[in-house]
Amino acid sequence: MILTRLLPASVVGLILFFLAFPIVVVAIVSFSEATYLTFPPPAFGLRWYKAYFSSEDWLKPTWVSLWVAAAVVVLATFLGTLAALGVSRLSRPMRILATGLILSPLIVPGIVVAIGIYYAYSRYGLVGTPIAMVLAHTCLAVPFVVTSVTASLAGLDPRLEQASLSLGATPGATFWQVTLPLIRPGVLVGALFAFITSFDELIVALFISGTGAVTLPRRMWDDLRFQIDPTIAAVSTLTIVLTAVLMGCAHFLRKRNQA
Amino acid sequence: MGEAGMNGAGRGASVTLADLVKRYDRVNAVDGVSLDIRSGEFLTLLGPSGSGKTSTLMMIAGFETPTSGDIAIDGKSVVAMPPYRRNIGMVFQNYALFPHLTVEENIGFPLKQRGIPKAERAKLVAEALDLVHLPGYGARYPRQLSGGQQQRVAVARAVVFKPRLLLMDEPLGALDKQLRENLQLEMRRLHADLGITFIYVTHDQEEALTMSDRIAVMNDGKVAQVGSPEDLYDRPTDRFVAGFIGESNFLPAIVRGMEDDIVIAECDGAIIRAMCPSRPASGDKVTLTTRPERLRFADSAWSATTPQNRLSVTVTEAVFAGERCRYMLQAGDGTSMVLKEPSSAAIRRRAIGERAEISWSVADTILV
Amino acid sequence: MSEIVQPSPIAVPLGAVRPLLLNWRRHVPLLLVAPLLIYMLVLYALPVLAMLLRSLNDPNWTLSHYAALFEDVVFAKTFWITFNTSITVTLGCLILGYPVALGLVRAKTMAPLILVIILLPFWTSVLVRSYAWMVLLGRHGLVNEGLIALGMIDRPIRILNTTLATQIAMIHILLPYMILPIANALRQIDPSLIRAASGLGATPFMTFRQVILPLSMSGVAAGTLLTFVLALGFYITPAMVGGPRDITLSMLIAQQVDQLNWAYAATLSAVLLATALAILAAARHLPGVGNAFKTSMR
Repeated sequence: MILTRLLPASVVGLILFFLAFPIVVVAIVSFSEATYLTFPPPAFGLRWYKAYFSSEDWLKPTWVSLWVAAAVVVLATFLGTLAALGVSRLSRPMRILATGLILSPLIVPGIVVAIGIYYAYSRYGLVGTPIAMVLAHTCLAVPFVVTSVTASLAGLDPRLEQASLSLGATPGATFWQVTLPLIRPGVLVGALFAFITSFDELIVALFISGTGAVTLPRRMWDDLRFQIDPTIAAVSTLTIVLTAVLMGCAHFLRKRNQA
Repeated sequence: MGEAGMNGAGRGASVTLADLVKRYDRVNAVDGVSLDIRSGEFLTLLGPSGSGKTSTLMMIAGFETPTSGDIAIDGKSVVAMPPYRRNIGMVFQNYALFPHLTVEENIGFPLKQRGIPKAERAKLVAEALDLVHLPGYGARYPRQLSGGQQQRVAVARAVVFKPRLLLMDEPLGALDKQLRENLQLEMRRLHADLGITFIYVTHDQEEALTMSDRIAVMNDGKVAQVGSPEDLYDRPTDRFVAGFIGESNFLPAIVRGMEDDIVIAECDGAIIRAMCPSRPASGDKVTLTTRPERLRFADSAWSATTPQNRLSVTVTEAVFAGERCRYMLQAGDGTSMVLKEPSSAAIRRRAIGERAEISWSVADTILV
Repeated sequence: MSEIVQPSPIAVPLGAVRPLLLNWRRHVPLLLVAPLLIYMLVLYALPVLAMLLRSLNDPNWTLSHYAALFEDVVFAKTFWITFNTSITVTLGCLILGYPVALGLVRAKTMAPLILVIILLPFWTSVLVRSYAWMVLLGRHGLVNEGLIALGMIDRPIRILNTTLATQIAMIHILLPYMILPIANALRQIDPSLIRAASGLGATPFMTFRQVILPLSMSGVAAGTLLTFVLALGFYITPAMVGGPRDITLSMLIAQQVDQLNWAYAATLSAVLLATALAILAAARHLPGVGNAFKTSMR
């Protein structure tokens, strides 16, 4: 109550408006019937959604993005979960080294990662292939899996694994029947983050998607260079909705994990 | 309670710890523990935190590898055996029930690992639930149970596969006093019913005294004394044990001579006789110990007639605590002592500063 | 494990197998981490290092590429713009972010709604958010139309493709990175401290100034650092909404790669990376900084 006097709700409200408004505007524009970008739209309709769903130019990159992201989820979740299981039990110097490498894509500027990958991948003829996109995006997605799984492992009582061993379960059986079920929410949250990371990624895609593996963000970028037609608003709205749904799932999983 | 079988032959396993050492970072958490635990015995490892009791238990369970020494169960060394092959039941401090499994699945877990078919499993689980008085709770999840119920499920899970040895690591530590006392009795009953060997770790001396056949008191990684509760309470062999189990008075004294097993010592100018298995030399400085509730004021009605030690003291503090009065006393040489007298309206309460003579039985005086 | 002695006469032959078994078990953690480490080394770390090496060995071992930067007007200007933009954006985020963090922590029933409003843009791709600002700031965008309707201007003014547009869009994108660490720090302040302060006669302003603000400094430091380091590497937003002269270091690097000028691109990359790492290293021991990346996730 002290702070309400110092900090009028209207100030906070205005800043929140600043945060939310641009995204709301995109959503509104996407339902415009006008052929050019204008706000408020003169009339509402699904014209640009129809344009999106009937255009092979848009649908193909969408499929590429979905497939790449799905493959990234599998690869990053597998590698990241394994690593998270081991990393806390490494000796201290090894642990610092390993976490440093694994988490570094969060800090290294995107352009440096992108051109480094472009530089090396182009030597092996990987540029322009979906495989290259999967391999590169996995590196960017893995930090989220490792942090998420590590967090749920930290909350796991080591006595549960001891109990399992004392009851006659082999280390393998203990992993499948005790450890994995208990860290599953963390693994799933990590997988969702991995999906979104890949699905939204643009900088690496700009350099290595070539003409053979054009992803949705890459297609949007190319389009924006020439025109700002409301199809992009429709695509953007769809990706916002997809992201929001996935993040809602992640949030729900985390809440349930804590309960 | 050892009648379930003679050594090695009964339903319970015998356990031998031979010069067991566990070293962490140059500190010996367990420092040469040797112990013979008999088949069907209820043995308690009692000690303050850091005394090495939990490390010892973890080595028996197989979660820690001894730095040196040997652990044998029924005469066979198990140090090389991983925990999941040892066939030892274990109840953990916080029960370690699997939160993602129901009570039934928790108890069935060890049976499933042993490949027991489903129908047989259900039968054994139901039996185990009956044993711990929780029939009908099988479909619940651990978080839907009270602390005491969770504890019983943990016990059921640890014994359902009929191990010959049950380890318990402070299994009642998280419960309130009333419930803890009920469950202590239940554990004793369970031990009698199953006839298997129990190794129980606790830092609560009352719990240890109530439940155990024998207690091994641990201090600084070593076993200070092993014996029945009566042995430890009435005949502590060392100052740590006398101080850790119950309350003790310590009197500095000088040895003046021996009469059979009884040492004659001088304390604050008075001659005190004490039980003493060893033979100290005349003139040695020793410590005698007595229990506060076994001291009496010499002129009181409670005072007994058996051979007595007597000492003159001054009352320095008097506290009425319901069932008894507790007095702090000071001897002439400055030694403070505690005396507990059963309370009675017929007995005069002593005043602070009052001089008095106290007396107690020779059998209750031990040289440590 | 070789120091284990087996003096027991009753030891079974199993003991013979033991050292091997235990050694294998001891290496399990490393075996679990190894696939990912190898993967990231081969597909990410070595490629980046190989590229960076071009700044030193093109055409043969030399430091001349770095030396040349000192006389490079384009680099100096770009570096200045990048640094300047980052500082402006970070300050903007701090000024706008602190009140929101306070509001988020103080709010009761509204808290989930506020959190969604902060997180929804946070999870939306940078591309989409930059596009949103193109829609808002364009010639026929909402801002221009609004200003005309209010009679403040007669004809559309140029906002899109200016430095201001870059700064607004970057503040919008980076704001959550500032809000979340500060909110974390604020949440950890014991409410009884605030009650104690007012009980001791402090005015609301004094309570804020002398209790809340100092105790939230770890969050402010973490948020500021995170925002600044991320701002340094911005590429997409300035390219989309910025002016023709607002070339950031990232854009310059991309240009050089397009022209296959690898040595120069690598040198600039090394400078950009070193700047980011140096700032993080300098602030490494500030409380709360270590967790900033983990708590804010993206």
